[in-house]
Amino acid sequence: MALFVLVHSWLLPVTNRIDPTYTGGHDSISSSSWNSVSVHPDQVLRLKKTMGLLRQSEKLGLPLMNLVRFKGMPILDQLNLEEKLLRTTSDNWCILNDGADAPTIVMGVSGKPAELLELESVIGDNVPVIKRFTGGGTVIVDEGTIFVTLICNKDAVPKVQPYPRSIMSWSGKLYDEVFQGIGDFQLRENDYVFGNRKFGGNAQSITKDRWIHHTSFLWDYEDRNMTYLKLPSRAPEYRSARDHTEFVCRMREYLQRSAFIDKTIKALDNYFMVQPATPADVNSCQVAKFAHSTRLLSKQELEDACSSTKPGTIAQSASI
Amino acid sequence: MIVFSENVDTFSFDRCIANVAAVIKDLKYAESHEWVKVDGNSATVGITDHAQDHLGDVVYVELPELGTEVTQGNSFGAVESVKATSDINSPVSGKVVEVNEELNGSPALVVNTSPYEEGWIIKVELKDAGELNNLKDADAYSKFCDEEDAKH
Repeated sequence: MALFVLVHSWLLPVTNRIDPTYTGGHDSISSSSWNSVSVHPDQVLRLKKTMGLLRQSEKLGLPLMNLVRFKGMPILDQLNLEEKLLRTTSDNWCILNDGADAPTIVMGVSGKPAELLELESVIGDNVPVIKRFTGGGTVIVDEGTIFVTLICNKDAVPKVQPYPRSIMSWSGKLYDEVFQGIGDFQLRENDYVFGNRKFGGNAQSITKDRWIHHTSFLWDYEDRNMTYLKLPSRAPEYRSARDHTEFVCRMREYLQRSAFIDKTIKALDNYFMVQPATPADVNSCQVAKFAHSTRLLSKQELEDACSSTKPGTIAQSASI
Repeated sequence: MIVFSENVDTFSFDRCIANVAAVIKDLKYAESHEWVKVDGNSATVGITDHAQDHLGDVVYVELPELGTEVTQGNSFGAVESVKATSDINSPVSGKVVEVNEELNGSPALVVNTSPYEEGWIIKVELKDAGELNNLKDADAYSKFCDEEDAKH
């Protein structure tokens, strides 16, 4: 039997807090409306839990962050979810995806396949190539990659401005706490490194009122997968023209997988009131129609890019 | 912040010396750090010196298609810098009639070094000149930027 409950709209489960016209930070907590809604008795327990968390967060002055965990979610699905949550919700989110599925190449928004990829082998081995909505470089991800994504309102973290260097300065401090005492961790020329070896690639997208900072951490990887990637023309100085196998390292050599995830959540607790959210919660709060900009490149696009790198190909074809 | 009424060559030189963000007196500004220059029914739009300074070297600009309708306050494109895409929001509503093709080459050479002149991004056929009242003048925008930076 359903109960009729008069509730503050901000106390409704995260599934109902959607505002495509969102324009502000968590000031909107104080400007919500009262609604009369039909609530299942099970949801009353969740409401009580949410009310408790809200009281705690208000007490501590920390903004709420919804933590949602996946395992083996395909990277294209993850990126589409992230872009949708960034642009159509007003909540703070942490998405943890413990491993993607099949090896997939992911380029930044301005990436050019011909410049960044060994296209003949990518096409020959049917490796999917995605162009994502954030900036930055090219990675190849698989089940050995751990993803941590932070989606925040622009006022969520004090002293952090919605600009790339300010956001990364804060994220560097966050991960300083995660990797304290481990492997000479640092944020070096915008990469997460142990010493001079990169183990985490990050990228961002910034809207008027929100931002996303997402990272793919190389828990483990196959050396042969790195051969699909060319040495990029835009590279940090500390790379010193090293090829991928000399430039990157495996996080598994430094700490356990579960320890990394636990330490990351613990570090987030210093800045947010972290609240677990289920994948079902996430699915139910999404708007029906959203035009993603992340996309899978077609085989034709890759073949055309490959052809463009070969001088004289068109002339030879014409002479046959 | 330095306010110039004309002669943006002076702007470039003095900015190097003073290392402070500059505004141009006769432009209008959005809180999201875009500027607009209106000439009759035509508006030219770009990002401010404050924005380019905070964004870092711009490596890519995502431009809209010609004929795209833009709405005041809404995103029409993006710049990429330091591994981040940042939305560019239109300070006016109207139709895109021209985009700056120079940005397809080396955008940092224009957007970072000449944000108010060579670094313009789109030209718009204005829909409602009254919307300009929602924007800030140079002095108000300067004050806004100083307050925003002071908070962080």
